[in-house]
Amino acid sequence: MSLNDQTALRVVLYEGTGAQPLEPQQRYDAMSALLDQGFAVTRAVPDGSLPAADRSSLLVLGRFDGGRPPVAVDAQNEVDIRFEDIDGCGTSRIVEMVENVRAEQKAVKPGDWKPWFPVIDYDRCTNCMQCLSFCLFGVYGVDSGQHIQVQNNDNCKTNCPACSRVCPEAAIMFPKYRSGPINGDVVSDADLQREKMKVDISSLLGGDVYQMLRDRSDKARSRFSKERDADKALTERQKCLVKLAQAGDIPPEVLMSLPSPEEIQRRAQEAKAKAEAAIRNQP
Amino acid sequence: MSDKTRILYCNCTYAQVVPKPVKEAVLRELAQSDIGFEAVADLCEMSARRDPALKRLAEGGAVKIAACFPRAVKWLFSAADAPLPCDSTQVLNMRVQSAQEVLAAALSPGLEPNLPRGKETRPAPSELPAS
Repeated sequence: MSLNDQTALRVVLYEGTGAQPLEPQQRYDAMSALLDQGFAVTRAVPDGSLPAADRSSLLVLGRFDGGRPPVAVDAQNEVDIRFEDIDGCGTSRIVEMVENVRAEQKAVKPGDWKPWFPVIDYDRCTNCMQCLSFCLFGVYGVDSGQHIQVQNNDNCKTNCPACSRVCPEAAIMFPKYRSGPINGDVVSDADLQREKMKVDISSLLGGDVYQMLRDRSDKARSRFSKERDADKALTERQKCLVKLAQAGDIPPEVLMSLPSPEEIQRRAQEAKAKAEAAIRNQP
Repeated sequence: MSDKTRILYCNCTYAQVVPKPVKEAVLRELAQSDIGFEAVADLCEMSARRDPALKRLAEGGAVKIAACFPRAVKWLFSAADAPLPCDSTQVLNMRVQSAQEVLAAALSPGLEPNLPRGKETRPAPSELPAS
């Protein structure tokens, strides 16, 4: 099942009409514990309203009057709504109750996958396809309009920010990265001109990338075939990965998980072909 | 705070990049206030799943989001086909702001939109006017 097909269980702490408010400490403890377990929690207060429905299943928790939780169904039969009374329940009991409902409804189990994947800043992206050409794990692809996009984010290697290093515009973010601009901090001139980044990109692609980008509009259609040599790119890519690993940017386990040289070559050529096709088909 | 401005808190559950004391203090204060709010475990995880809840959150009107860098938050929502409206979204950055700063902004009336509206590059220190 792909990430996108999974439904989530959303929890509502209901303190509106027909329910008693929770004690502040109990509310904080419950919310904190549920968030740590990966659940989304909405606090609904008197005079407030329940949030609009989405694809999530809803579990509404509250200290309901008389200890009797209401029963409700979605008239359009799109959202599964459950009510549970939590009067007298401790935090661990509440978490257990929520987890049981999640399992029963086969909703996504939070925490199974660490959300590490590239996020593209399209204000900066020039659609140069270097990320697509670089990534060996098939994370990137193009949409019907030949625009770069992240298509398989769960293929991304946890804690590896290498593709953000090859982006000449610092347009690729990993929000959980430790430092800027990869973490989403504002990009500075210094980031763009950082010598290390220039060296890395040149090493990776085996050419003067900045000159190549300046000429991009004229040469886009033939750029890859003229300026890139697959064998050289492969060798330089491996050298650069070692260099990046030494600099602390790529975890050893990612390097260890690289496929055989033959497989790397096959994937590199596949990625290159995708990038070439995308450039060729750009309007 | 305007009655219509919502608050969204991100717990950044799957990484340790937001200082724990900051996120705990923000959540504690929000939970002990009398306001309703939404809390999510991890916006990154929701974006990766293209969780439809992001669309609901983005389309619900003015919102203050306690999370991380505005540029990251903007494109996390966008990646889930849930673009945030630039003129009615304020992102409070728990990676760099103190809990007091985040809470003061979250609970204050009014909203100061701060999503980047295009390609923004911070000039080098040498290019800044001398103060």
